[in-house]
Order: sequence, then C-alpha cells, then structure tokens
Amino acid sequence: MSTATLVMFGVFVGITLVVTFWASGQSTTSRGFYAADRQISGVQNGWAIAGDYMSAASFLGIAGLIAFYGFDGFMYSAGWLVAFLTVLFLVAEPLRNAGKYTLVDVISFRLRGRGVRAIAAISTLTITLIYMIAQMVGAGSLIDLLLPHVGYTFAIVIVGVLMMVYVLFGGMLATTWVQIIKAGLLLATSIALTLLVLGHYGWAFGNFFHDAATTKLEGATVNLLQPGLLFRGRDGSLDMISLGLALILGTAGLPHILMRFFTVPTAKAARTSVAWAMGLIGVFYLTTLFMGLGAATIVGQDHIGKHLRDVSAIRYIATHPAEAPQLNKQLAENGFVVPERNTNLATPLLANALGGPLLTAFVAAVAFATILAVVAGLTIAASSAFAHDIWWNLVRNGAGDEREHLLIARAAAMIVGFLSIFLSIQLRGLNVAVLTGLAFAVAASANVPVLVLALAWRRFSRGGAISGMLVGLVSSLVLIAVGPSVMGTKALFPLLNPGIVSIPLGFIGAIAGTLVFRDRESEAMFEQLRVRANTGLGAEV
Amino acid sequence: MQHHLLSPAEWDALAADPDFQSLLRARRRFILPATIFFVAYYLALPISVAVAPAVMSLAVWGPLTVAWVFALSQFLVAWVLLALYLAHGKAIDTMAQRILERARTGSPA
Repeated sequence: MSTATLVMFGVFVGITLVVTFWASGQSTTSRGFYAADRQISGVQNGWAIAGDYMSAASFLGIAGLIAFYGFDGFMYSAGWLVAFLTVLFLVAEPLRNAGKYTLVDVISFRLRGRGVRAIAAISTLTITLIYMIAQMVGAGSLIDLLLPHVGYTFAIVIVGVLMMVYVLFGGMLATTWVQIIKAGLLLATSIALTLLVLGHYGWAFGNFFHDAATTKLEGATVNLLQPGLLFRGRDGSLDMISLGLALILGTAGLPHILMRFFTVPTAKAARTSVAWAMGLIGVFYLTTLFMGLGAATIVGQDHIGKHLRDVSAIRYIATHPAEAPQLNKQLAENGFVVPERNTNLATPLLANALGGPLLTAFVAAVAFATILAVVAGLTIAASSAFAHDIWWNLVRNGAGDEREHLLIARAAAMIVGFLSIFLSIQLRGLNVAVLTGLAFAVAASANVPVLVLALAWRRFSRGGAISGMLVGLVSSLVLIAVGPSVMGTKALFPLLNPGIVSIPLGFIGAIAGTLVFRDRESEAMFEQLRVRANTGLGAEV
Repeated sequence: MQHHLLSPAEWDALAADPDFQSLLRARRRFILPATIFFVAYYLALPISVAVAPAVMSLAVWGPLTVAWVFALSQFLVAWVLLALYLAHGKAIDTMAQRILERARTGSPA
C-alpha cells in the first residue's frame, strides 16, 4: 500500500509543480507574490479558503475524535463552520477594502507608528509559526505511521522543501491553485467515504445511528450519541466552552486565512468567497460525522490500530473480535507492533475496510496533499509579516524598489521554511491538537480584539492596540504554559484552552489602554477608515 | 486612482453624508443582532450539554439525541445566516455604489 500512496502523492506533487511553473511566469511584482495580482475570482478564492482551512487535523483528527468520543468530537465540527460567520460579518469585506497585503496593513491604517506594526507583525509570526509547526509535526507523525520506511525527518524535509518551492517560485498564485486542487481532492474523498459508509448500511440511517449508539470498546458498550464522553465535569465543560470561543472568534484572526481576501478584486468578491467557503466547509464537516461514526461502527474502536503495516492482520482481527486477544498476543510474540488505539487512523482504516488497500493509499496521499497545501499557505503568510510588515515598512520605511521587495519576500519565505523544518524536527512528539488550539486562542486574544476595535471604535488608540495585543498574546501563551498540557497534573490553570480567559483579557487590555492613552491622530483617521472599509473607496487595486 | 488624494476634510464630508450614515445603520442593523445571535446560539450548545445533560441525552429521532439535533442545527443556522447576509448585501452594494459614484464625479451630497 505504501507504493500506491507514494505514486498518488507523486502525481499530486507533479501536477502542483506544473502549476507552480506556470504561475512563476505570470508576475514579477510584490503584488503578484502576496496577492496574485488580485486576479483570483470569488469562487476560486472560496475553494482556496476551504483548502487553507480544512487541515489534516480535521480530516484525520476530528474524524478520530468522533470515532471515539462521538458527540463531543462533533461539537468541534460545528464550531469550525460557525467560525466563518465572524469572518463574513466582521472582517472579510472591510479587510479587502482597507488593506494592501496583510491584516497589519488594516490595523496600522489609522494606528500609525512603528510600535503597533511591530507588535502586530510579531503576533502574526507567532500564530503562523505555531500553526505551521502543528501541521508539520502532524505530517511527520502521519508519514511515520503510514509509510514507516520513509521516516519522520525525511517526511518533514520533503514537505518543507515542496512548500518553499511553491511559494518561492509561484507565490500566491501557485499557492492558491495548490489549495484549490487539494480542496477538491479532500472533499471528493470525504464525500466518497461518506457514501461508502451509507452504502454499507444500505442507506438506512436508522441502522447506522443505532450501531453508533451501541459500539463496543474493550468489551463495554459505548453510546457515541451520548454527550459527555470527552468533556467531563466542571473543567471539561469549561474547556469545551473555552475552545468553542477560541474557534469561532480566532478564525477571524488567522493571518493565512485573512491574507486570502487580498487576492480578489473587490469586497463583493470577498463576500462571495466566504459564501463558497462556508458551503464547502460545511459539507466537509458534515462528512466527518459519517467518517468518524462509520470508523467506530464498521472498523470498530478496538481495531483503530497503531500501524497500518499489517493491514490484512488488522482487518482479520477487526472481523474476528473473538480471536482478537489471542491474535494480538501472537503478533506481539512475533515482534509485530500490536495495534493500539490511535484516533488519527480512524479515516485511513475506514477507507481500508470499505475500499481496500487502494482506497487507503489514496486517503493517505490526500492527507499529505492536505498538509502540504496548508503549510504553503502558512509560509506565504509568515513571509509577508517578515518582508512586508517588518522589513519593508519598519526597517526600510517603505523605501526601496520592487526588486528589493520581492527579493526580501522570497528570502523571508526561505527563512520561514528552514526555521519550520528545523523546529518541527526538534519538536517531534509535541501534541498537535494543543498547538492548533493555541494558535486559535492567540489569534482570538491578540488579533481579533484589535482588528474589530480598529474598524468600529472611534476613540481606539495606538496605546490601546499595543496593550491589547500584548495582553492577548502574553496571557494566552502564559496560560498554556501553566496549563495541563505543559504542567500535567500540577497545572496552575485547569483548562487546556486559555480562550475563555485570554480573549476577554485581550479586549480589556485594548479598552483600558485606549482609556489611558488618548490618540487624536487615530481619532482623526477613523472616519476615513470607516468610509474606505464600508464603501471600497480608494481600495488598493 | 484619485481617491488617495482626497483631503481629510473631504473624507469627513463623505463620512457625514446622509447616504453613508444610512449605509452604516443598515449594516449595523443586520450585523449586530446576527453576531450576538450566532455566538449565543453556538455557545448554548456546550453550555446546555454541561448544565442539562439529561435533557440533551433524550432521544428524539430514533436513537438521535437532543444534543445531536442541536449540533446539526448549527450547520443550518450558519447557512441560513449566510443566505440572509447575501440577500442583505445586495441592498448595501446599491447604497455603496451610489456613494462611490458621487465621490467619483465630485458632486456634493
């Protein structure tokens, strides 16, 4: 099965490299590099946003959570879609109307000055690097699991080099098409798996849900339709609320998503792109329900195993539960890795059960393609913070020509690429879900309050922006550091996700800073920003 | 584009334009209640699971519980709000277009 996976992944890489080659001839300006010359249509951008957003964490992770925790896993799925309402209502159109390449452009439109830009760029870099490392560590572990002879380090280097090639040579145009192709592949695969699950049950939803209500785990019957399997007790409930809050607000502060709105020609196209993205993302997250519960009922929770090397063995054991303990013992005695529970394998094993090794290989290849596309989007976002926000606007004060701008942008993409390859190899074994949740929490606590207040509050000042971003950034990082994911049982803060505390703190920091530091210049610019943001007058073309 | 060359006074005049003020009001009238509603509706899901697990575990449609119907309804609510916003956006676009035209031709409000 690993050869088939490599071939299919190779085909994907081949196609995307052709796209990159084509894109490399299309533009030689920074506007082309960061924003694809604003020539992406609303529909294309909708697919690309969906591609940026539907990560392997969802395809494998959420489906796995649903396979083991049923309803509690599915609560996440709903949040990923609802999150786009925040983007649609509050940021998409104003961003396109008032910004150039990055969300920092929008914030510093009225909050001029080096301090605001510097901290906003640092927060962008922090969020994208955390998200990037989460994706790459996930990619390495996944490849390690599915293609053991490829290995973790080699997998990370491959992913890192390919993402640099897309971004360096093809810029935003190539990255956009990589996202679109990947979104199509991922959606088609998820829908196919869903149809196979339903077909397996002869299209009888009743039987399917009945089975989901009576799955077996180590001899006990588990009702996956019952809430409370994952989030238990007071802290569990608070954690779920905290995560939900970070999810639905944080998406509107994710730099690689926001950057996509600068690639379309108008605010109307930005709105159209969110509409398409919400359609696609909604369908995708609905399929996680069927993939997850399907894996639990068809593969069986006991058999969502650790290694796919011996698919036939796992499959045999899965279909002969009575012999499972005996067979597992024999496997162990013969030096095989005994299948252990691993939630990330729910989807590939489901594919194996329903479509055999070829479908499994396809699913694995789609998972790699997914990771690759997401990290390419993150690389371009991080390099824009580096080159456009820090170098161009802070170090060079907007001086220098296009050639220099482009050169710095590419150099930044290379630095970001090598840095994330290095960090991901060093940080092997880090909890991917915690990192992703952290990225959302930092985005929701540091970026979103400042972005929303800059667009809506006349009095909002530079002092408020700086204190808001600092408080949001520091509080979310500190609360994670003293929380259970780092300190285990000795944690000083009981929740895994800091959002419920750090998001209000971010807002309080921004408001308090504004009340202390008055800023006449920012107040004077407010009306202009408001006219621009709401009508598109004077928007960058 | 000439718009970058508008003076601060001209921007302020545009902001004070009654048409622009009614555009802002129209946007706010939709966005404010819609945002409060969807945030509350989404957070109601984990909160009700936490405070009323017994009610949420009641089976309503075959083995499907109240909690599932609530979670699935989030998708419906998101899509309905999207459709409403798109419909609402058409009126906003017309208003914005009028303001843009006037700013381009330089005619007074």
